Amino acid sequence: MVATASSSKISKIVNARLLLDHKIVQDSYLWFQDGKIIHPQNLFFDQHRDADEIIDAKGALVVPGYLDIQINGGYGIDFADNEGSLEKIQDDINTVAKGLLQYGCTAFCPTVVSSAPEVYNKVLPLLNKRKGDAKKGSEILGAHIEGPFISHEKKGAHNQAIFRTGKNGVREFDEAYGPELMKGSEAVSIITVAPEIEGVIDVIPELAKRDICVSIGHSAATISEAETAVTKGATLITHLFNAMLPFHHRDPGMIGVLGAVDLPVPENPLRHPAASNTSPYRNKPDPRPFYGLIVDGVHVHPNSVRIAYYAHPKGCVLVTDALSALGLPRGVYSLGGRDVEVDDNGAAYIKGTNTLAGSTITIDQSVRNFRNFTKCTMVEAIEAATLHPAQVLGISDRKGTLNPGGDADLLFLNDDLEIQRVFVYGEEVELHKTK
Amino acid sequence: TRSDTHLSPFSPNTMRLIIREDYDEVSSYVANYVKERINQFQPSAERPFVLGLPTGSSPIGTYKKLVELFKAGELSFGHVVTFNMDEYVGLPRDHPESYHSFMWNHLFKHVDIKPENVHILDGNAPDLDEECKKFEAEIARVGGIELFLGGIGPDGHIAFNEPGSSLTSRTRVKTLAYETIIANARFFDGDVSKVPKLALTVGVATVMDAREVCITITGAHKSIALAKCIEEGVNHMWTVSAIQMHPKGLVVCDEDATLELHVKTVKYFKSIEHVHHSLIGAENLSLQGGVKQLRIPAVNTARPATPLNGPYE
Repeated sequence: MVATASSSKISKIVNARLLLDHKIVQDSYLWFQDGKIIHPQNLFFDQHRDADEIIDAKGALVVPGYLDIQINGGYGIDFADNEGSLEKIQDDINTVAKGLLQYGCTAFCPTVVSSAPEVYNKVLPLLNKRKGDAKKGSEILGAHIEGPFISHEKKGAHNQAIFRTGKNGVREFDEAYGPELMKGSEAVSIITVAPEIEGVIDVIPELAKRDICVSIGHSAATISEAETAVTKGATLITHLFNAMLPFHHRDPGMIGVLGAVDLPVPENPLRHPAASNTSPYRNKPDPRPFYGLIVDGVHVHPNSVRIAYYAHPKGCVLVTDALSALGLPRGVYSLGGRDVEVDDNGAAYIKGTNTLAGSTITIDQSVRNFRNFTKCTMVEAIEAATLHPAQVLGISDRKGTLNPGGDADLLFLNDDLEIQRVFVYGEEVELHKTK
Repeated sequence: TRSDTHLSPFSPNTMRLIIREDYDEVSSYVANYVKERINQFQPSAERPFVLGLPTGSSPIGTYKKLVELFKAGELSFGHVVTFNMDEYVGLPRDHPESYHSFMWNHLFKHVDIKPENVHILDGNAPDLDEECKKFEAEIARVGGIELFLGGIGPDGHIAFNEPGSSLTSRTRVKTLAYETIIANARFFDGDVSKVPKLALTVGVATVMDAREVCITITGAHKSIALAKCIEEGVNHMWTVSAIQMHPKGLVVCDEDATLELHVKTVKYFKSIEHVHHSLIGAENLSLQGGVKQLRIPAVNTARPATPLNGPYE
């Protein structure tokens, strides 16, 4: 209750439509100071402070900045690329972080595909959590390590030669990734594993204890193997539909987790979806995990997006799974040491094959696509890229929210959900006009 | 010192009763009245407009309309000083049911009022009596209240001055009546134990000391209180009746609130408004009810036909 005695500038956003409490609210204002959203009532009465700066949103929709928890790179840069000096790799990471601000992505998990231990040892320390900055780049929320404890059958564009099993338990994992894995969520926020691989199921609780979000994907797991993984502590499904068994009515596989009813009620509601009409229990958190969806229209048919969404609306997390070709014209690029080719739709395939390797979609386009595919409300579309990914990482008190205490990462959108202005920790980002 | 000397010299002692159709029209009337009073006053930093403010359901519509007027650029609170009527004792200032929160959400956060010009009693002050004395002293220091807005309860009370409160009372600590606590429980999760039992409130005399008092009374459930306060004697069981002794009282009510008044009373006050506007003319009336002169009838060149005018005139 003690108000801060900070004398820094207080900013007030007026004439805005704010996304508050799952609704769009008209007659309210947003106040921030020192990069955080504040509740100014106490400052008004106790310190006699009023707004120092008024920002006129001119009727725009003001929402939290988008989070992207699966993105492999961009602008020709691949996070799994370990060639070159540490300075070069650091510069590359900064280039991507800076570029992502243009799309309203104010926080992200740099994703590293299956790689050899040397790669992780070199690259992971540079991908530790790092605060966002309007000039320097989007916030890094820790790395998303996808593989190598995944299925040969469902490798996608990963290099299966370096896949491994967990038969020696968590030691195997620490060997594969190096010391950064011990740091838990400071360095690694999400890990994608295939639950049917030997030894993986028993390591899941160990990883969850290190505050790492365990995600299941790139897997040929049956429905019961997938449900067991969730029972053991997996809280996310990596890009639903892609790199997993297709839906079969008698064994729905990992996709079938969306229809699960008998999963145990979670003890920690923070990392689980909120209850909805589709939840097994209406007044307890949903025991089903979150699930990522790539909504470029190529990886998943729009109808499939819609079916998944309405089966489990509060668990939907939009991800780009964008690769190094993001932000560049069509051509041939590198991903984890392999050649990928980008076609006119923006889809990337392993060169010479029909295997999808990633997308070039941006997170703000994802939100627009998602709304078109599912015909959901603006609030639902935005929450799938803000509130839900923040819940996955257990940071919904400071990211993906406009409540006091949240970081002042803000987007001003028009009614078509196109980006007009971007703020990171209360400072405006200079947007390049594209036309 | 009276600060209305720039207005018409004819500012007689009046009690005006303005009757409007419904809650919305009453809110608009009061908001526009406040706007006109402030703008005609032309407040400045050295000579601010001092406004007394209420909480509760009655003023919500008025505050909404005042915010609209501010956003339309017709009114500024830059040189307005405010004093609120009351506040609960022991409730944290930022509790959603505190009167600080009420005023913040309904008025202060929307307009350009300066935080140092806002005065609300501090229900968490270490010495409550001291706090009340300081409040009265602060009102005197800024030159007294120019206009005090208020509502009434179904039992005719103003602020927390419940039936039996002295008509000469000043700002003090009040124990809430059991009925009031029960009625307020709905704002505290229905739990009577969570409702504050004490409040700080301005006294009846504190309100009546203002140079003008404007009371809003709407709804059928307030009709008996309105009748008791307007048509019967000044007495401490219906504390708003003190307005009968005020040199400049204004009561604004809706049709439903007049249900217990004599038909004669309602017709009388409605007819006064009618005479003022149709026969005297708004241009000849001062904002606070004074009358300058009669309307000069328009000169009609055509002679009226009378039996004396022959057909060949």
